[in-house]
Amino acid sequence: MSRIKLATAWLSGCSGCHMGILNLHGGLMELFQLCDLVYSPLADFKEYPAEVDIALIEGAISNRDNLEMARIIRRYTKKVVSLGDCAINGNVAALRNPGGKAAVLEAAYADPVNKPVVFGECVPPLFDKVLPLHQVIPVDAFIPGCPPEPEAIRVALHRVIERL
Amino acid sequence: MPRLSLTINGRAVKARQGETILGAARERGIFIPTLCNLDGLKPLGGCRICLVEVRGHPRPVPACATKVEEGMVVTTDSERVVSMRRMVVELLLAERNHQCPVCVMNNNCELQAVARLLGIDHVRYDFIAPRAVLDISHERFGIDHNRCILCRRCVRVCDEIEGAHTWDVNGRGAASRIISDLAEPWGLSGTCTDCGKCVQACPTGALFAKGTETTGKGTICLEKLVAWRQRREP
Ligand code: SF4
Ligand code: SF4
Ligand code: FES
Repeated sequence: MSRIKLATAWLSGCSGCHMGILNLHGGLMELFQLCDLVYSPLADFKEYPAEVDIALIEGAISNRDNLEMARIIRRYTKKVVSLGDCAINGNVAALRNPGGKAAVLEAAYADPVNKPVVFGECVPPLFDKVLPLHQVIPVDAFIPGCPPEPEAIRVALHRVIERL
Repeated sequence: MPRLSLTINGRAVKARQGETILGAARERGIFIPTLCNLDGLKPLGGCRICLVEVRGHPRPVPACATKVEEGMVVTTDSERVVSMRRMVVELLLAERNHQCPVCVMNNNCELQAVARLLGIDHVRYDFIAPRAVLDISHERFGIDHNRCILCRRCVRVCDEIEGAHTWDVNGRGAASRIISDLAEPWGLSGTCTDCGKCVQACPTGALFAKGTETTGKGTICLEKLVAWRQRREP
């Protein structure tokens, strides 16, 4: 079998799930005997490559950038895996959902005199509701946990590799 | 008391008249998951986690609230009931705001345990994300409606065991809320005896004792949480 092309992505999450990957410790050596990392916030890749076997995605869909990234990943990836609770159910990122977008902007940015917040073009617009990954693209496997246990990541990855 | 003969998952089982399917199954070590059921309280048959098939019945029945009958043929693990149980738990998770990592009951929660048992690794339904409030007006306890699954264990334990009947259910369907007395702050209740039975009976993080707000991931500041949940729409 040729080497597996592995990607990881960081959407609206805290990076804790990526810490979970790093916490594989010795398991990382085992993993990289089978896989090449072709895209990840853990290394400096600019573009998502055209052919990826497995993508581990951390974080929920909170803004337009997250959505675009999720769609790109889906288009170029054989098996997309939701990594961690934020990707799976919104989790901490979705704590703001009962109040919607306005409430979160106000809580985070409004100054005491209540001036309206104006963002430049470069800030991706927030969605009113934070969504789990599988509600915007089809997802092939789920690794729950906040953050997922390294052992769960290891076992799940091996199962996904078997199903490639 | 007369003994009845029935079959559960193909095994011959003897049960006392008046016993529930759940009780008869448990006695034989046959496990059926439950949520709204609590030993010592009258069965409610509300959550439908314990659905089982009974031959001759078109629809599955709740094992906790169905009495055994002579010659009954019960199946507790058919594909249909297992998928229904899964669906029920997913709907419960989608109905309120269940963010386990920041919940007082994380890792001690019966809802979480049932979800884990049924292998639920994601929810197929849209999350409703209702605006639900917290009431921490009681000196020692609090209720977070974001975590309530309306199992009514609190209502029943308060009524049947403590005899105070502080709790009730207000509203219909997904808009139902547990209320204290006539929808007053719990701390102002004239009937509550501060016994804490409801807190013990609650299967989720909805009812909690103050001072246990540590989730292992840091301490929740209750006052700030309440202010955030109860804030006015901007
Ligand atoms: S009540 Fe249970 S299922 Fe709901 S958030 Fe708390 S731990 Fe999770
Ligand atoms: S507060 Fe707890 S015990 Fe009462 S109905 Fe809600 S989940 Fe059940
Ligand atoms: S446990 Fe039987 S219906 Fe809830």
